[in-house]
Formats: sequence, structure tokens, C-alpha cells
Amino acid sequence: MQVQDVPLNKSRRQGAARTAEMPWRRYAWGRIKKSKYYYAMFAIPFLYFVLFSYVPMSGILIAFKNYNVFDGIAGSPWVGLKHFRAFLSDPYFFTLIRNTMLIGLYQIVFAFPAPIILALLLNELRHTAFKRLVQTVSYLPHFLSTVVVCGIIVNFASYDGLINQFLGFLGLEPIHFLMLPEWFRTIYISSEIWQGIGWGSIIFLAALTGIDSQLYEAATIDGANRWRQMFHVTLPGIMPTIIIMLLFSIGAIMAVSFEKVLLLSNGSNFATSDIISTYVYRRGLVSSDFSYATAVGLFNSVIALVFLTIGNYLSRRASETSLW
Amino acid sequence: MYKGFGSRLFDSINIAAMLLLVFVTFYPLYYIFVVSVSGGSAVMRGDVSFYPIDFNLNTYSLVFQDPSIWRAYLNTIVYTVVGTLINLFCTALCAYPLSKRDFYGRGFFTLMIVVTMFFSGGLIPSYLLVQKLGMMNTMWAIVIPGAISVWNMIVMRTFFQGIPNELYESAGMDGASELTSLIRITLPLSKPIMATMAMFYAVGHWNSFFSAMIYLNEKAKFPLQIILRNMVVMGEMSNQSQEISGAYAAVTATNIKYAVIIIAVLPILLVYPFIQKYFVKGVMVGSLKG
Repeated sequence: MQVQDVPLNKSRRQGAARTAEMPWRRYAWGRIKKSKYYYAMFAIPFLYFVLFSYVPMSGILIAFKNYNVFDGIAGSPWVGLKHFRAFLSDPYFFTLIRNTMLIGLYQIVFAFPAPIILALLLNELRHTAFKRLVQTVSYLPHFLSTVVVCGIIVNFASYDGLINQFLGFLGLEPIHFLMLPEWFRTIYISSEIWQGIGWGSIIFLAALTGIDSQLYEAATIDGANRWRQMFHVTLPGIMPTIIIMLLFSIGAIMAVSFEKVLLLSNGSNFATSDIISTYVYRRGLVSSDFSYATAVGLFNSVIALVFLTIGNYLSRRASETSLW
Repeated sequence: MYKGFGSRLFDSINIAAMLLLVFVTFYPLYYIFVVSVSGGSAVMRGDVSFYPIDFNLNTYSLVFQDPSIWRAYLNTIVYTVVGTLINLFCTALCAYPLSKRDFYGRGFFTLMIVVTMFFSGGLIPSYLLVQKLGMMNTMWAIVIPGAISVWNMIVMRTFFQGIPNELYESAGMDGASELTSLIRITLPLSKPIMATMAMFYAVGHWNSFFSAMIYLNEKAKFPLQIILRNMVVMGEMSNQSQEISGAYAAVTATNIKYAVIIIAVLPILLVYPFIQKYFVKGVMVGSLKG
């Protein structure tokens, strides 16, 4: 009985190893046949990815064509790099790049450290119930929709809204926050911090639990106060996680939350609020300039990919952790 | 261990900072609620800040008289339920074979899927595809294009891989097919991850507005987030609301906007305390093993 079972189990687990005399094709065919139920299950996901990821990827071709609805993707005439040239020589190009990159950069400078600071402070709380309360409340905004958050911002930042009421209480002049381009990035970044600080701290809190408590004892014996313990024990302890997360966010520098920008931007703050993806949306779906918008979108994807590659490379150098 | 003055000062400042954070996080939502149940003139004067003034529920009775809000609510529920079921079905069908070592072609298929995380066709080609498939202005445009989130799929696959192989082997000896194994072994053991995934997906559907905005053009099909956007972000009021609001002189546009925000957020606030720990677990699984 056992003699029969063992090879059967083994082949179920990892497939029989290919032996020298067995031709490759017969080996592969044998394994494919063994996997037939897997293929049957995988058919739907496979079709899904082909249809909704790879077909749109091939649709990028229209960036090099003059797409029109009647000729379709295949029938529309090729125009080479015409749309890319048009975009790169448009003076508005620099505004878009600057707006996109600056929001991404401010995101890293201001919104990235916030959850780390929160995790460090939470770690110092000794009252467990209070700590849990702070965590529960601070995770909550993560679950609110972009529309709700932007609705709150638009109404609170309006001329007679809560923020201006508060400024009036302090004796300051009211400000038309959403009408002034110089306020847009501040509004965007602070709302990102408000929404993401608690949720973002989870991963750092998880890293904190891995720090050896003996290090704290040793530090106490050496006379380090809590402030110094935080800087010399806790922070170095989570530094690998911080570095990885930082490099990931460098990779995502172009992935500015498009929906939020779309909801918060208006004609008066376009000078700072118009980013590449909102421009793609406007040119493509509002003005039906499909080819041009696809070209701009492709340009954005390529830059994003370059940043991702740089971030990944640095991550691999710094911590031997990488996406590929 | 920590007894000195400096340590106590540190604690006090820290607790003060945390209280400030709790206040800043919670107060906006609380304020919105307070305004939604206060009298319109007190809101206009800017008197309302920490407690309701001229408490009344007129705003809510007004909002609930607007049929477009009810319909939008119903639409959102339908999109969320159907969408989440499709998500779970497809994600599990994708994750299960990929979790198996003897699935021939596993490496290739994984690579093929992971690539889509980093490179996609972008907005316009996806839009043209949905148009070409004839899904414009239907529910399918909302629920099908995002059927599998690669990230969630990888988290689920990682979970499936943790199920001991011996279980499958003994089931196989008892003559169970792969489908039986999936239904009788994997799924019952994966309830926690399934619950987490269901919630991730459901919250995503509940909160999504962009695909509805670009793919739906019939008002009767709009989900709640679109109505919310039109009323609260763009400041448009439906004619219905305007007419009725004449009858309730004490209700202002601000009251209505804030009441609609509360209505949209309420389901999330109600289930949030119960599902919070599942979400946190989901993040941990993804970050530690993914």
C-alpha cells in the first residue's frame, strides 16, 4: 500500500522530477494534464487579466495614432510621436510636471514621517486602553470615501466655513482657501495626513513589536532617558521598515491621489492643482481627445516606472528587499 | 522603571498630543453631525460649534423625502453586494491555483499578474474597452473592471499557502477533486481572510465614485457617492430638495449637505468598530508576508 502511495503524493505536491531520459515535451504535457483542474479554475481570472489589463495595454497604441471612433483602434492612421511632441512642446507641460512632482514631493516630506511619529508616540503610551482608543479613532478616516473627505474640506474651507469661523474668532481675516492656488498643496497634504496618519502607523507599530526589550533595559542601566531611548533604540529598531516604506513612496511619487485632486480642483486653483492625471481626464474624457490624452498618460506611466525602478534599486541596495 | 520628573513630563506631553490627535480626527465628523441636527439660522450665524442649537430633525426628514437619495442608496447597496461577491469569487479562483506548487505555469501566470500592478493601459484605453464591450451605463462597468485586486489576491494566496498540504493529500486519497478540495478544505479554513477581503472590497465599492462618474450617465443608476459629490462638493441641490426646503424655512443648504454626509458615512461608522481588527490583520498579513 505504502509503496503505491508515496510517489502519488509526491507527484501531487510538486510534480515528478523530470528524468534525463524523459523528453521535455512529454514531461511538460504530463504536468499540464495533472494541472487541468487548476487551469479550469484559473480560466476566469486569466481571461479577466487579459481583457482588463492586457487589452488596455495594447490600447496604448492609440497614443501613436490619430484615433477616431469610426476607424477604431486598428483602422486609425499612424502619426508616430506627434502627440508626444505636442505635449512636450506645450508650455503647460512644465506646469503639469511641476504640480504633479511637487505634490508627490511634499507628500514624502510631510505626509510620510507623520505615521512614524505617531507610531513612536503610541509606543510610549503606557495606558493600554487609551492607546487602543487613540488607534481606533485615528484609523477611522482611512475608511471615509474621497468624496466625503473632499466634501468636508470644501465646506470647512469655504468662505463662511468652520476654518474661517475659527480664524475670525482669532481676529484674523477670512481666506478663500480653495480659490487661492497657493493654498492648494497645503490643503491637499494636510487632508492626506488627516486621513492616513493612523492607518499608516500600523506597519510601523508592527515593526516596533519586533524590538528586543533587553535593549531598553540595557539603555536604562546606561542612564538613557526615554527621549534618548526613543532616538537610540526605538528609531534604529524600525529603521529598516522606514527605509523600505520610504523607497516605496519614492516609487509612487507620480501616483498622486487623482480622485482627490479632481474633486478639490476648480478653475481658480488650476495653477497649482492641475496634475498630469487630471489633465488626461479632461483632455481625454471631457474633450474626447483620446489619442493625445493616451500619449500624456503613457508619458506619466513611463516616468512613474522610472521612479519605481530607482526606488526598487535603492531598496535592494539598502535593505536587500525589493519588488523584483 | 520610569519615575523621574522628565519621564512624567514626557508622558504628559505625549498624552496631550494624543488627545489633540483624537480631537482633530473626531471633531470634524462630530461637528458635521451637530450641524445636521441644528437649526438653520444658528448655523448661518456660525453659533454652532460643540453642541446642537435649536435641535431638530427637519433636515433628515427633508433629505429622506428626496427620492433620488433613496434610489442612490439602494444602487450603492446593490453595487456593493454584487461587486463584492464577484470580487471574492474571482480572487479566490485566482489565488487558489497560484497557491499550489504543482500548478504548471504558476511562475509565468504570477509574473503576468504582478506586471499589471506596475503597468496598466491607463484611463483612456480602459474607458474605450468598457465602451466597446457595451458595458456603458450598466452596473457591469462598475463591478467588473476591478474584479481582482492584485494586492488582495496575493494576500489571499499567501494565506492559502499556509494551509498544510497533508490535508489536501488525504482528501486526494479519499478521491476529492481539486474543486472539492477548494470548497471543502480551503474555503472553510479561510473564513478569516475571506471576511477581511470581503470588507476591503465592500468598503472600496461603497466609497468609489470615479467609475460611476465616467461610465454611468443615467441619474437613476447613480450611486450615493455621485449624489454626494454633486450636492456636497459641487454644491448642487436637486430641484426636489430645493422645493421642499422652501417648506422648512429653518433648513439651510449647509444643513442638508452635512446631513447627507452623515447618511453616507453612517453605515461605515456603525460597522467600523467590529471590523477594525480584521482590517488591521489584513494589513499585517500583506506587509509581513507579501
